[in-house]
Amino acid sequence: MKSFIEYIGSIFKGIWTLLIGMKVTGKYFFTPWKNVTQQYPENRDQLVMFERFRGEVIMTHNENNEHLCTGCGICEINCPNGSIEIISKSILTPDGKKKRIIDQHIYHLGMCTFCNLCVKACPTGAIVMGQKFEHAVWDRSLLTKVLNQPGSKIEEGVKE
Amino acid sequence: MSEIREIILNSDRLATDEYLVNMGPQHPSTHGVLRMLVRLEGEKVLNIEPHIGYIHSGIEKMCEAISYPQIIHLTDRMDYLSAHMNNEAVALCVEKALQVEVPDRVNYIRTIMDELSRLASHQLWWCVMGMDLGALTTFFYGLRDREKILDIFEETCGARLTVNYNLPGGVMFDIHPNFQKRVKDFVKYFRTKLPEYDQLLSGNVIFRERTSGIGYLSPADAIEYGVTGPSGRASGFSCDLRKHQPYSAYPLVKFNEILDHRCDTLARYEVRIKEMYESLSIIDQLIDNIPEGEYAVKMKGVIKLPEGEFFQRVETARGEFGVFVISDGKKNPYRVKFRSPGFSNLFALNKMAKGHKIADLVAIMSTLDLVIPDIDR
Repeated sequence: MKSFIEYIGSIFKGIWTLLIGMKVTGKYFFTPWKNVTQQYPENRDQLVMFERFRGEVIMTHNENNEHLCTGCGICEINCPNGSIEIISKSILTPDGKKKRIIDQHIYHLGMCTFCNLCVKACPTGAIVMGQKFEHAVWDRSLLTKVLNQPGSKIEEGVKE
Repeated sequence: MSEIREIILNSDRLATDEYLVNMGPQHPSTHGVLRMLVRLEGEKVLNIEPHIGYIHSGIEKMCEAISYPQIIHLTDRMDYLSAHMNNEAVALCVEKALQVEVPDRVNYIRTIMDELSRLASHQLWWCVMGMDLGALTTFFYGLRDREKILDIFEETCGARLTVNYNLPGGVMFDIHPNFQKRVKDFVKYFRTKLPEYDQLLSGNVIFRERTSGIGYLSPADAIEYGVTGPSGRASGFSCDLRKHQPYSAYPLVKFNEILDHRCDTLARYEVRIKEMYESLSIIDQLIDNIPEGEYAVKMKGVIKLPEGEFFQRVETARGEFGVFVISDGKKNPYRVKFRSPGFSNLFALNKMAKGHKIADLVAIMSTLDLVIPDIDR
């Protein structure tokens, strides 16, 4: 008889624990304004990433199409998996000296692990992390980018 | 001929009532690509043979070709749920080798970040634990709270999962001006939400029936197999490195090492739930007292370790994580060995699950909190 009462008791106790759990879920079911989900593709305009968010490496240019990159190659050395390639060229300055400047700053977005070591190492602050996060493209070759814009040149007064 | 036939029929390899079943590599409860060769008699598990190597990425070998600051971006891809602690282990190892003293501010930031990632890891484990046992609701509740921690990480470190925040000699950025406010808000918020976890799952009769008394791992076996972390502490094996070998700001805080002597699946579950409360109290003690100062020591451009062998271990969300570096004085290590907690924990599974039903195997596996890249690396 005693075991029978225990058996019946355990059934009611079990149902009670289920009700406690359902109290929590029921609370959220009847208060849908407490939802925390976002309607992602629709809220693109309001969606602002944090300023430190590491989406991609970009090179900042000013309004005269000038950048800060001297082509020193420190970012290339610091990159752990070779996603940055620096191609430099030598030009003749007006006073007849040879000078190496950047030709192409090639960045392979597909290989980048967003570790921030290149940005941290850059002595002139030429490259920074951008906040764009929707990088999907139809062709893999589109992931290889040239960061310095065509026709751009180095800003006056940047120390080598 | 008949003799051979007799032998074949009597050998236990071909006995008719035993099955050899592949669980994984794409089984949802293995949380990744872990393949287990399970020997079954009906539903009873006779033997488990884990086969790993499906996502072996050769991180230890890759480390030999790159410099010390670059190793850090690989270690947060090993145990991605406790990325901060893994990174800290490498950073502490390099600092130990170079005998660099980091400022107090760095220690405080690192400890807070460690505890936040421990919370995030335990939350995800809780979601998945419920989901493995068939309670999909827990998944949404856990991820709701985890999102808040990931936002804190994103604001200060710039990434949500592979944070890459620790560096030899300090941290990558100073904390964000909003950091302290956000963490305090989160602690307050999570203290109100943590009881919901107990109401939803811990007290549930079905959950308790399925976990209590299942997967016994004796303290002696836990020590023998090197099961550390919450799984080891649930077997009564006092192995919390934050207590026994304190690093960063852990000597300054008061907290309890959660031990349980029931040694079963429910004990491993409850240890983790209680650890979440401890993590909250550690954060509470530190967040208001972050000292002013530098967030990193100025290190040389090329970090070269002196010749020798260096070892540093930290407590991750899964157990003891060790970094062993052999240096020959160059800027790359000669050899790096990682002692990952998941690897040791996985191989105690055979001991725990033998004799139980295959549905219990799933429950036991999820309380071990396996992260497959941590096992394979």
